[in-house]
Amino acid sequence: MYDVVIVGAGTAGMSAAIYARRAGKTVLMLEEAMYGGQIINASEVENYPGIQKIPGYQFANDLHAQAIALGAEQVTASVSGIEDHGTYKTVQAGDMSYEAKTVILATGAKNRKIGMEQEERLVGMGISYCATCDGAFYRGRTVAVYGGGNTALGDVEYLANLCEKVYLIHRRDSFRGNAILVERLQKKENVEFLTNRIIVDLIGEDQLDALKLKNVVTNEEQELPVEGLFIAIGQEPANTVFAPLVTLDDYGYIDAGEDCKTNVAGIYAAGDCRTKQVRQLTTAAADGAVAALAAVEFVNELDAAS
Amino acid sequence: MAVVHIHGTEEFEKEVLQADQKVLVDFWATWCGPCQMVGPIVEELSNEMEDVKVVKVEVDENPDLARQYRVMSIPMLAVFKGGELAKKQVGALQKPDLQKFIEEA
Repeated sequence: MYDVVIVGAGTAGMSAAIYARRAGKTVLMLEEAMYGGQIINASEVENYPGIQKIPGYQFANDLHAQAIALGAEQVTASVSGIEDHGTYKTVQAGDMSYEAKTVILATGAKNRKIGMEQEERLVGMGISYCATCDGAFYRGRTVAVYGGGNTALGDVEYLANLCEKVYLIHRRDSFRGNAILVERLQKKENVEFLTNRIIVDLIGEDQLDALKLKNVVTNEEQELPVEGLFIAIGQEPANTVFAPLVTLDDYGYIDAGEDCKTNVAGIYAAGDCRTKQVRQLTTAAADGAVAALAAVEFVNELDAAS
Repeated sequence: MAVVHIHGTEEFEKEVLQADQKVLVDFWATWCGPCQMVGPIVEELSNEMEDVKVVKVEVDENPDLARQYRVMSIPMLAVFKGGELAKKQVGALQKPDLQKFIEEA
């Protein structure tokens, strides 16, 4: 039985591991992929207090090394569910089940998917969620960006400098993003706005060949040949496997306040996976500390009572 | 075995396609964060897995190879056997998972 099992080894999860280990508790981190979370794709972090500038992957490596050096254990596994047995919880991951006195959910947020069957198959083969990561592979080609926020607009600007042609596909005819940026992009010769359109199909077997678009005003459909599609339609949490035990908000984030406490005693939510206003590296780290110290207190009370 | 850094298609042909043993190819770039996380793991595995040859292909230096193997996102980790691409994985893996990926190819 672990004192604290942490689901997700991003900034929040690894910060929680550090605090729980320093309080002398046994800690297991479960992470389904590479540790580090979203920050590993940031070329430079320049807003973490006390660190002037650090590559995102280096920040993640240092945080991981710190947690492991303090004695946190880590297993690669995808968590499929949690059960509450009162004095302890069980966390299911693959064919394993881990017993824990407390659980900290630090599952973060992922890039929102369009939600099409072919989408997953074509990731890395024409479909990308990160223009600055993958844009270089589309040099001189024709690509599309899907979305209407600042991320999508920024992606268009970045890609316009590399690609032959960039289409911006947006379901509305107005933009939530920066108006000055919109104006600047409209003036670029190799950028074309396709507004009031949604993507209804992704065409291609081994690689993306074209998009099928539908005009939401006229219902007209068109096929648009592109070699790349950069999807920038926001972020989404990945917490459905914890519901209904743990209460989620309307958007799928875990319903927990600044104290990181969920509706279940002994289960906490830290970082981007929680209902919150500001999702930054510092707020993820702060949540990790808050959740871990609450878990430590819960374990101490549990141990004192037994 | 030391990691082999590929410079051009001819060297790739010789070191990867004509190799007798299984080859792990790490397609990477200096500007890619997750690639820097996988790099040390690949180095370690090259020393530990005696029957596997490990090569690294820097995509900016080898655009022809990147295009030929349809590298559209990195890190891309590929296993070659008998001159053929047997298996590929886009995105970083932790050490035990990468080792399993190579063993199962």
